[in-house]
Amino acid sequence: MKIVREALAGTLESSDLLVRIAPLEDGLELVLKSEVIHQFGPHIEKVARDCLARLGVTQALVVIEDKGALDCVVAARVQTAVSRAVDEWTPDWSALS
Amino acid sequence: MTNTIEDRLAGVALPAGLEPFAGVAAHAPHLASREEKHGRKIAKSLEDAIRASGLKNGMTVSFHHAFREGDKTINFVFDTLATMGFRDLTLAPSSLLSCNAPLIGHVKSGVIRRIFTSGMRGKLAEAISNGLMEEPINIHSHGGRVNLMDRGEIAIDVAFLGVATADPFGNANAVTGKSRCGSLGYAMVDAARARCVILLAEEIVAYPNAPASIRQDQVDLVVAVEQIGDPAKISVGAARITSNPRELLIARWAADVMEHAGFFEDGFSMQTGTGGSATATARFLEQKMRRKGIKAGFALGGITGSIVDLQRKGLVGRILDTQSFDAVAAESLASNPDHWEISTNYYANPTSKACSVDRVDMVILSALEIDLDFNVNVITGSDGVMRGASGGHSDTAAGAALPIVVGPLIRSRIPTVVEKCTTVVTPGETIGVLVTDHGIAVNPNRPEVADRLKAAGLPVTTIEDLHARATSLVGTPQPIEFLDKVVGLVRYRDGSVIDVVRQVKG
Repeated sequence: MKIVREALAGTLESSDLLVRIAPLEDGLELVLKSEVIHQFGPHIEKVARDCLARLGVTQALVVIEDKGALDCVVAARVQTAVSRAVDEWTPDWSALS
Repeated sequence: MTNTIEDRLAGVALPAGLEPFAGVAAHAPHLASREEKHGRKIAKSLEDAIRASGLKNGMTVSFHHAFREGDKTINFVFDTLATMGFRDLTLAPSSLLSCNAPLIGHVKSGVIRRIFTSGMRGKLAEAISNGLMEEPINIHSHGGRVNLMDRGEIAIDVAFLGVATADPFGNANAVTGKSRCGSLGYAMVDAARARCVILLAEEIVAYPNAPASIRQDQVDLVVAVEQIGDPAKISVGAARITSNPRELLIARWAADVMEHAGFFEDGFSMQTGTGGSATATARFLEQKMRRKGIKAGFALGGITGSIVDLQRKGLVGRILDTQSFDAVAAESLASNPDHWEISTNYYANPTSKACSVDRVDMVILSALEIDLDFNVNVITGSDGVMRGASGGHSDTAAGAALPIVVGPLIRSRIPTVVEKCTTVVTPGETIGVLVTDHGIAVNPNRPEVADRLKAAGLPVTTIEDLHARATSLVGTPQPIEFLDKVVGLVRYRDGSVIDVVRQVKG
């Protein structure tokens, strides 16, 4: 899916995360800030990248500010941000679950 | 004139070491004038008091932390000590908090060389965790601090004790006057042991000031200061009753555990501490006490309004208060004869002639981490940085018949139940029960308690099961990387070393 505009999803409440997504021409760049980066940084990045891959997002700037969210919340916020940043939201639901 | 001492003693060979009488003021020069007799302890300024105390480089100074985040004494005195050019001091307060961040500068400039404390938070704790000090700090419990004093390891040269009111002789308290923190339980041990005791008093009142939490026969100098602390910043959310459903669930189960574990009889005793779940536990306990028609004999420890409330309703006999956690507790201490101020020696020192923690049936304790052996960490966060305090945790755990640790299974993504604690403050053998929002685990060394809780229909499981649940929710955290340098020695209440804190990696 092609990211055509900037979009946000989530909050900065504890146990949540704020995902910002924006168009980018050359590839996929992910910036992660997290309160639990020492313990879970690579894991959170993997969850976010898996989710983007399943949605077919290959070109985007994704900035995540995490406040200790669980995996399911990370995936949900990334999906929602993508849904708001594309023109046609046609996800492959079976691939997402 | 023949009625002189020389005359009376004429021809008497005094035993070696005895001297003839030389006047009433010979060994007490202040008795020579009434002004001096009454006013000799009053120092015009803190600088004068410090000079009179005989403080020298390398000596040990102490403070109390009853104002917690509202303390205005420690930083003020250290700014003065730095200006006066003191160096290499040992700082031995009852504890330190986030408000003490300005001390970082005094460590860097060499004014402070060593630290003994119950805990630390905020920027100071971060800096020390990152290797600020050359010598590791010593972390002690409230009772263990008095033990270290009595062993001579903490030998206080000058105690700087903030009090709300003092008379010119040094009878002082913090239940009258402006900034009332309530109990001076921490300061009482310093007043009894320091070589020189300087009171920083907001108000100097007429003699004799009462109650005398700190007494005239303990005090060397009294200096008037503008403000010792802000009592509004003591409260740790104690006054509010939580509406967080997770905290309420934990509180309800904790009260159920207290009811069914075998110690809920008329005259039982308890310490509930602070925090959302602990405060709410007291509320749930009220219904259970009424239903069974019983009262608690006494409540101990850090006292909140919720305990005072139970006492006013006739459900608690006496309150033994070593730290008043809110204005309601401070007010009750001032006015209620069954609300007693006790020192940390009376409260929790294992080598005291008697300490009250040994009489407690049930104590509610918190935890940053608890491991599969029930060891508890209340000092380092999951990132390895210090952010808590030993407090009375290990003291009450060792003394109480049933120590109950309460806490959520996970805090955001950080598990509370872990395989191995980052730092051990309280040994698992002293912990009886863990209550989380996902179930209750009983230490295998207390099978009779497990049986009683199961019989009462409570959701009892194993700590291994709780750990597995936490892992299934958050995953397995990567281990924190530490450097070799030891930045903190965790002293058990008997003075032994139970763990060390290492410098965190970058």
